[in-house]
Amino acid sequence: MTVIATRPPRRRSAATRGESLSGWLFVSPILIILGLFLAVPVGMALWVSVSDWTGRGSPFASGVGFVGLDNYRELLGGGGLAERDFGLSLRNNAWYVLLVVPIQTAVSLLLAVLVNRQVLRGRGFFRTAFYFPSVTSSVAITVLWLFLFSQSGAVNKLLSFVGITGPAWFNDASGVLHNLLALVGVREAPAVLADNTALGIPLWEWLAGPSVAMSAFILMAVFTTSGTFMLLFLAALQNLGGDVQEAAMMDGATGWQRFWRITLPQLRPTLFTVLTLGLIGTWQVFDQIYTGTQGGPQKTTLTPAYLSYTSAFGDQEWGRGAAIAFVLFVIIVVLTILQRIVLRDRAVSKRRLAMYAPAAATADSTTGTTGTTGTEARR
Amino acid sequence: MRRRTTRLAATAALTTITVLGLTACGGSGFSDTSTGGGEAGGELTSSDDGLSVLIAASGDAEATSVTDAVAAWSSDSGTDAEVSVASDLPQQLSQGFASGEPADVFYLSTEALAGFASNGSLLPYGDRLTNRDDFYPALVDNFTVDDQFYCAPKDFSTLGLIINTDMWADAGLTDADVPTDWDSLADVAAQLTTDDHVGLAFSPEYARIGAFMAQAGGTVTNADGTEATLDSPENIEALTYVQSLLTSGDAALTSDLGAGWGGEAFGTGQAAMTIEGNWIGGALSTDYPDVAYQVAELPAGPGGQGTLQFTNCWGIAADSPNQEAAVALVEQLTSTDQQLAFADDFGVMPSIESAAEQWKTDNPDQAAFLDSVEFAQGVPNQDGSAAVITDLNSQLSGLKTGDPAAILESAQANFDAILK
Repeated sequence: MTVIATRPPRRRSAATRGESLSGWLFVSPILIILGLFLAVPVGMALWVSVSDWTGRGSPFASGVGFVGLDNYRELLGGGGLAERDFGLSLRNNAWYVLLVVPIQTAVSLLLAVLVNRQVLRGRGFFRTAFYFPSVTSSVAITVLWLFLFSQSGAVNKLLSFVGITGPAWFNDASGVLHNLLALVGVREAPAVLADNTALGIPLWEWLAGPSVAMSAFILMAVFTTSGTFMLLFLAALQNLGGDVQEAAMMDGATGWQRFWRITLPQLRPTLFTVLTLGLIGTWQVFDQIYTGTQGGPQKTTLTPAYLSYTSAFGDQEWGRGAAIAFVLFVIIVVLTILQRIVLRDRAVSKRRLAMYAPAAATADSTTGTTGTTGTEARR
Repeated sequence: MRRRTTRLAATAALTTITVLGLTACGGSGFSDTSTGGGEAGGELTSSDDGLSVLIAASGDAEATSVTDAVAAWSSDSGTDAEVSVASDLPQQLSQGFASGEPADVFYLSTEALAGFASNGSLLPYGDRLTNRDDFYPALVDNFTVDDQFYCAPKDFSTLGLIINTDMWADAGLTDADVPTDWDSLADVAAQLTTDDHVGLAFSPEYARIGAFMAQAGGTVTNADGTEATLDSPENIEALTYVQSLLTSGDAALTSDLGAGWGGEAFGTGQAAMTIEGNWIGGALSTDYPDVAYQVAELPAGPGGQGTLQFTNCWGIAADSPNQEAAVALVEQLTSTDQQLAFADDFGVMPSIESAAEQWKTDNPDQAAFLDSVEFAQGVPNQDGSAAVITDLNSQLSGLKTGDPAAILESAQANFDAILK
């Protein structure tokens, strides 16, 4: 460092230039790899989504024409089968995200807190056991799931022991929310929900909830990914200093309060990571659908990612397939930004401050001068 | 200043990479899409290049049989040929066409035909075949798009009524009771239904239920394939009849029985009868060898007898550098002897009339399948029809409680949209 600092300005600048050149040289392999396998394909896909490429030869050949936003228009307002399929896939996937992300975050946090406890015997075993589903390939788990949740499978056998006739799971297209509403006697859609549509799907159908088949996939996603996120939470938990906990204990906070007021706020960055990864992963669900149900029953497990694949490779609608992928991209980015805004660090609100202020004041006035005696007095 | 230069350098580097990448993709020996013998009247390409053959095999038997047949042709003709088995055929075909180096000869399904034909990926070679007139006309229609006979039918299947003979005897039924019309079908289904199994089961899809539509005299499109006729009174009558079967409890959809397809429901004894094609023979002998069964022609509806036929063809790529050899190979693979050999090896039905008699002698139990060709209806092959049929299938799984007319109306609207 000192050597560089004493060099005359001219030479220093030449040296830095040399350094920056070798810097570029060092990063160039990854730049080329990223460019070739990420930037170029993304650029090509973007072009395909606004072109009439039919899947033969290069998309940049002379015969391929620019069609503007036609492919997007067809998806978002074409009024045909393409729009309805896309609407259905969005509905299915939205319910999937809505249920998987909160459940898997809660479950993984719970597991992490459990296996983080010093008193737990065999912690290593449980950590491995909970993480195990995550290292197994999703295709293998899907096949396992198909067996477990078949009509005469283990799950329905278990349910039959407690007197419940299990559904046909992967063959049951009825919406869970519709089924619950039917239990309380609501079977027909109110006119306002039946007559108004979004993306070609009546609002009543949007509110169907995940189908029974999709619910099985939701359970599977929670089962497989909770382990991964448990690991993230566990790492964060072990990084937390004990002093804050101790201080809280001294102040007389119960375990429950310590978790909500002390531990959880400190986990905010990890929480953001877990939610973001969860959000991205669940919007892109593909392999389970591809190996499991291919979108059935009655298209209730169709997802945008799978629809993009079948539109392109099955129906030779390459532009539409690429357009679906980009709409999905926009959805994910927008949701991530929204989530970032919701989870950002905020100054403590006045309402919150007010909650603390009088309590501190009364504590001071009614008890002794030192914190310790105060705590003891309250106990 | 320096930061700006670095950023400039970075941008320049990325741009160079991008451009390099694009040229690599665009210039991989295939930048103009207009070459190849895409036109029926044009000359076929010919070269010393070997042929690659891409198939989707139902099992080892089929893979071995096709590989042997191609190897035999290869040693006779002196042209190299290699068979590979695809794990996901449509995807691998699409990749081949996009890269400009597709397989020369490949299996092609009816629903994939129009899409690949419209983008010029396929060589319409059908009329060049010396055995062209030997193919069943209905199969030729299946592979004809815009009056061009694209590719030679490889083999075909029809739907028949598969009957569990033990259950049949237990119900006190005899050969004379084999149903010949809708009423007698409903009747035997009711007699065969017990607490343990239903009388009849079939998958909730057009590829099974469509047979009833054919029996009612209905079709998917008019004869020219220019107008959708899905919401015709005949089709509504067919679905109403199927619905009555389902609500009576004597028939069930395989999805409601928890079975993946008719063969599974039939093999596991959940159903006494099912509607399937001749592929069920292989499945039953492998998975459920103890089930005794017989095959009957599907009964007649108000519109006479009817069934559906399914077929694949041997596609040839327009980009193949050696189309002449490819056509010669296909001629050999669709010849009478070779098709009979395939039929022996993996139980398919020959697509040519000259092999019919021999096949029926060899497979007397399955003769009903081949006899059904007389009244078989092809499945739609229009560009985009696969998506419409998938949508129809998804609605057919709710047929039991659904409204037949509404189901057909929405399918009609979707089919109209793709014919425009």
